[in-house]
Amino acid sequence: METKEITCINCPMGCRLTVTMSGSEVISVEGNTCKRGDVYARTEVISPVRTVTTTIKVTGGSVDRVSCKTKTPVPKDKIFDVMAEIGSASCTAPVKIGDVLIEDCAGTGVPVVATKDVSDLLV
Amino acid sequence: MRADIVVIGGGPAGLAAAIAAAKEDKSLNVLILERDNELGGILNQCIHNGFGLHTFNEELTGPEYASRFEEQLDGLGINYMLNTMVLNVSSGSVTAVNSNEGVFTVSCGAIVLCMGCRERPRGALNIPGLRPAGVFTAGTAQRLVNIEGYMPGREVVILGSGDIGLIMARRMTLEGANVKAVCELMPYSGGLKRNIVQCLDDFDIPLLLSHTVIDIKGKERVTSVVIAKVDSNSKPIPGTEQEITCDTLLLSCGLIPENELSRAADIKINPATNGPVVNESFETSVPGIFACGNVLHVHDLVDYVSEESSRAGKSAARYVSSSIISVGAEIRISTGSGVRYTVPSIVRPDELDSDLIIRFRSTGVFKDSYIDVSFNGSNKIHRRKQIITPGEMEQVILKREDLLNISGDICIAISES
Repeated sequence: METKEITCINCPMGCRLTVTMSGSEVISVEGNTCKRGDVYARTEVISPVRTVTTTIKVTGGSVDRVSCKTKTPVPKDKIFDVMAEIGSASCTAPVKIGDVLIEDCAGTGVPVVATKDVSDLLV
Repeated sequence: MRADIVVIGGGPAGLAAAIAAAKEDKSLNVLILERDNELGGILNQCIHNGFGLHTFNEELTGPEYASRFEEQLDGLGINYMLNTMVLNVSSGSVTAVNSNEGVFTVSCGAIVLCMGCRERPRGALNIPGLRPAGVFTAGTAQRLVNIEGYMPGREVVILGSGDIGLIMARRMTLEGANVKAVCELMPYSGGLKRNIVQCLDDFDIPLLLSHTVIDIKGKERVTSVVIAKVDSNSKPIPGTEQEITCDTLLLSCGLIPENELSRAADIKINPATNGPVVNESFETSVPGIFACGNVLHVHDLVDYVSEESSRAGKSAARYVSSSIISVGAEIRISTGSGVRYTVPSIVRPDELDSDLIIRFRSTGVFKDSYIDVSFNGSNKIHRRKQIITPGEMEQVILKREDLLNISGDICIAISES
């Protein structure tokens, strides 16, 4: 049995949650003042995920960087792998919001998509 | 040049105001004047997600959120001018300059002020020490990293735990910098709790509450900063100093509404918000000039900016389209104990077409307390809140029919149980 202390991020209350676990199984969640805290705690201790947002190099565009994100959240421990792959990649203008810039980023199975339009230089 | 409505600023507030005005009356000629080379304002550099949960029921990044508004402009026939700086505003007239037109004046029926806010810079914080390179406001660093593609530094200390500071702590870390600490003068963070978890805790960045920077060292470039613990009067406590080696200090110490134009137009400013005093229609003390977004009061969530700005834009359109001048009663909304300010601060019940949303901030942290709304001294709303902090804007909604029959002031207060 082990316990983990986490802060709930669902609302400004920021409840301190104590999660009691047996291996990878959640035994109990304490400290939450509503149901959402319970749900958050169970996901957060088993498989925390985050959306990564950053920029990617763009060539031939009106600007040098285009903002992008992982289309869905990726496992938290993959964040720096995702950053490394995006850091070594580039794309070519024009770029439209939603364009897939990397099909499967860092083996997560999650694509990286553009979050801004970039026109090509000649426009 | 002539326009029915001139919107000053093409950020989230300006876009929402212009769109709402054009939708309210399609015959109106709406013009946005923007000083940057693109629309979208600060959203362009806010590439992180978390925008739009209220407005679109989706979690969008800043640029995506802005594009949802920008793509509506053409269809509504809204005109905009980029690289255009407004110099002066007065009732019915806006003077601006750009490199194509030179200095020009637009005569108009109504004006919506959407100039946003600015960061408090080092000079306004009185941090002792040398003046080396490497001291940036968090928003400047955000622009350098996210738009220009430059890293402002590698070893970073952040002063102030406002949301931009927290977001930049994560952003710099993702780009390979070592963020050594975030210092906050107050005993509580000025940012949203979720940002502390996602931006600091996720990356083991320490948040030092009741700490400040008391010295900046380095001749050409920052080489270190000295931080110290502060007492309850925000004075550094001798003996608690520690020197942190770093090449960069980011400042996230508050935002100030940018009201030079408003002041020059003799618009009444609320000293608590540093923004114009407005009524339920977001109209300032000068008839026909409206204000919304961060120029009015600094918001936590862009969704609230869009919602308020839509109401401001709609009001401006009605002002231009109708020749009726309001003669109804004006009720003052006063701040009771624990409430720093309210927006709006005046309501004319006859002008309401829906329930009234009053947004406000507290003067400090309150736990297990009540939000009280009283009409002319008698209590109307008594609502329990588990926690109220100055970093999170609060709101109460008053029913239109209740407001139609009242006399005297409305008072909003926070009471501890």
